Amino acid sequence: MSADKDEDPRMNGIKSKIRVVPDFPKPGIMFQDITTLLLDSKAFKDTIDLFVERYKDKNISVVAGIEARGFIFGPPIALAIGAKFVPLRKPGKLPGEIISEDYVLEYGKDCLQMHIGAVQPEERALVVDDLIATGGTLCAAMNLLERVGAEVVECACVIELPDLKGRERLKGKPLYVLVESH
Amino acid sequence: MRAAENGRDPRLKAISDAIRVVPHFPKPGIMFHDITTLLLDHKAFKDTVDLFVERYRDMGISIVAGIEARGFIFGPSIALGIGAKFIPLRKPGKLPGRVISEPYELEYGTDQLEMHVGAVQPGERTIIIDDLVATGGTLSAAIRLLERFQAEVVECACVVGSPVVQGECELKEKPLFVLVEPHY
Repeated sequence: MSADKDEDPRMNGIKSKIRVVPDFPKPGIMFQDITTLLLDSKAFKDTIDLFVERYKDKNISVVAGIEARGFIFGPPIALAIGAKFVPLRKPGKLPGEIISEDYVLEYGKDCLQMHIGAVQPEERALVVDDLIATGGTLCAAMNLLERVGAEVVECACVIELPDLKGRERLKGKPLYVLVESH
Repeated sequence: MRAAENGRDPRLKAISDAIRVVPHFPKPGIMFHDITTLLLDHKAFKDTVDLFVERYRDMGISIVAGIEARGFIFGPSIALGIGAKFIPLRKPGKLPGRVISEPYELEYGTDQLEMHVGAVQPGERTIIIDDLVATGGTLSAAIRLLERFQAEVVECACVVGSPVVQGECELKEKPLFVLVEPHY
């Protein structure tokens, strides 16, 4: 489900602030750049407010954000809804005891890690990133949370690339996005 | 300046207590100050952001620049709290548009920090955020990036101020504000 763009007057302001950079990081990719959104404090605030309004009464106790752009959106959401923030990081960055989840890239593999003890069983969790493409990273994030017994309530992203069908890789969990980019 | 020097704000103890020290990370001899445990304590995390917002909201700051990646955890909330833009300062190759780059020294070799061209206008008053300052090398590179576009760096702000290992902190010409001192 995505926010009904026709209804909320904030949506156009948010969408218009996202910049598309062609051929980054490689030819053929139209990169969705959220840094221009962060330069507009009203549009950035509206982005956070839309997520907060959706989640504040859903008893979410954990917001997990994916390194690095999930660190930009996740903490303000966590602070506003009274949840903890848990960073999900590339290998070797988290200093304590961790669990790791491998996932497949277009060429090769990558790995996402979470601190042991950050999340308790049965906690209700949200996973946040700036964008969902193929869904591989979000799926790895969900797996980390479920491996420690948390319940992933929803995945939340600013932008979805629906043509890449990432929504179908979320093991049946719902996805909420603000902007779709075809 | 340490926040503690201003009179001990009652929120600071819980913030300090919530930060975990992990010995010998990333290598032997380093006592790593881990702010992820602070992020698990909602009140202490909120108080951390509030302390920075209270300090900066009437200083005419229009830009909060945050250093990848842990500066991204604190910077945006502060920017939202004071009505400023947030600018991510990133490792090479991450920012998609036109960038400027600034090298800085590591213990062995150098690294680079990048910022988007056009993010900053001349004369804008800025603060730079990271979770921790050690030698100040990364913060110094961040200052240079912003000053290359004639921004005015008002202050550098970190949650934890770590004692300098060798020589003086490179930030001696810019004010540095930290909330808590390291503990072992």
